[in-house]
Amino acid sequence: MIEESFMQTMSLTFKLAGITTLFLLIIGIPLGYSLAMTKNRLKPVLEAIVSMPLVLPPSVLGFYMLVFFSPKNAFGQWLDETLDLRLVFSFEGLVVASIIFSLPFMVHPIQSGFAALPKNIAQAAYTLGKSKTNVIFRVLLPNIRPSLLTGIVISFAHTVGEFGVVLMMGGNIPGETRVASIAIYDEVESLNYSAANQYALTLFLISFAILLSVYAINKHFLKAELS
Amino acid sequence: MNELILSKDLRGANGIIPLEINTTFNRGELTVLFGKSGAGKSTILKMIAGLLEPTDGKIVIEDEVWYDSSKKINLPPQKRKIGFVFQDYALFPNMTVRQNLLYALDDRKKASKVDEILHVTELANLANEKPDALSGGQKQRVALARALVREPKILLLDEPLSALDFAMRTKLQDELLKIQRYFNLTTILVSHDIGEVYKLAQFVLELADGKIIKKGTPNEIFGGSKISGKFKFSGEIVNIVQSDIVFVVSILVGQNVVKVVSTQEEVRNLKIGQKVTLASKAFNPIITPI
Repeated sequence: MIEESFMQTMSLTFKLAGITTLFLLIIGIPLGYSLAMTKNRLKPVLEAIVSMPLVLPPSVLGFYMLVFFSPKNAFGQWLDETLDLRLVFSFEGLVVASIIFSLPFMVHPIQSGFAALPKNIAQAAYTLGKSKTNVIFRVLLPNIRPSLLTGIVISFAHTVGEFGVVLMMGGNIPGETRVASIAIYDEVESLNYSAANQYALTLFLISFAILLSVYAINKHFLKAELS
Repeated sequence: MNELILSKDLRGANGIIPLEINTTFNRGELTVLFGKSGAGKSTILKMIAGLLEPTDGKIVIEDEVWYDSSKKINLPPQKRKIGFVFQDYALFPNMTVRQNLLYALDDRKKASKVDEILHVTELANLANEKPDALSGGQKQRVALARALVREPKILLLDEPLSALDFAMRTKLQDELLKIQRYFNLTTILVSHDIGEVYKLAQFVLELADGKIIKKGTPNEIFGGSKISGKFKFSGEIVNIVQSDIVFVVSILVGQNVVKVVSTQEEVRNLKIGQKVTLASKAFNPIITPI
């Protein structure tokens, strides 16, 4: 019985992290690119917004999202009626919350990756008749692979480890919003230490393995580029 | 006929310098933009390439209008048939030499074109290397080869040899000349090296502070045509020392420092760092094998 709920919670945790990371990659590449390239005066504003989740207590973020997406408010009501989408206390809501919460972890590495590329590379490709899209996919992205990998892994790991936002937005519904970090809290509250330890140890080992592989692979990338 | 009329305010180290250019240059010739750094040479190349927009003006290359502010014509760089060689080469690190050239190709079916260019530029045996594995001279050759793949109407070279040592620079100058003549390419080269200008240029535009101050053949520009010398070199004064009643002026000609005895009278017009012509008439040169 414990085994089944453990598996359900873990698979939900990784499903959430996987989907969040995929969306973040899709959002992070254009956002990181425009932040790296723009000379707009409003750039600091956008950068500050992207970085907010780094310093804001997760409960603050969770609280405002809860209020904002609540069906009692205009936007939540609109989502509910037109798209039949309820974001509070649902898996979809967790995905949206996680995307916002982990945004800087994807955007920052990608932005600095783009910024570190020599400007002439893109210009050289333009003079060879290549469109901007072509240049991004054939020239720029392949040359920031280590940054992409860092962004993907850190966002994934960070989503696995988040607690406050998930608790505020999702609550603790088994199979829907009960992810590993919530389960640990829940088990400890009911003094079920061995179950809590099972979750905690699993997260501990997985997090370590993920970070170890990033550093190992990035070292390999760097070495390959220098040789 | 190629025509350049450009104006734009440049932000320089000493405030704003207005760039005002109005000139023509010939098809199939190698034209050098010569001048100190900050004179606006690279800016002009970028404007021709479409990487930088002038405030006003007109760019006509081989009778095709690429830019005309009065008619609101401004072709993007992609639509201008150019070959641009950057000072830092700007090779794509993720691609091999061959892939760098193939990427530049518009039509994948013409891959034989890449092989021809790899052959002409003597790069065939490096075709599968990544740029990071190449020396400076080799990278330079790849950058030039890549610029040639699209069969450009004009080749734009932004101080392509300045990062190389003297021997490699001389060798690549020869190759550049050979390739330019082989394809009969209209070429604009940015350089601040008088030796290089003498060797390569058919036509020189000398720039200072955003304006063309002289134009003509290298001889007309640097010639010092008042002296009908048998031996004539350009150089730079590196030192002036008094030795008893005469002065010894050290002049850097190419890579050699030449010492010349001068009188006080002559030295009065000379200063260290000055570019000078060194000529001699009445002596018979002695040639000794080394």
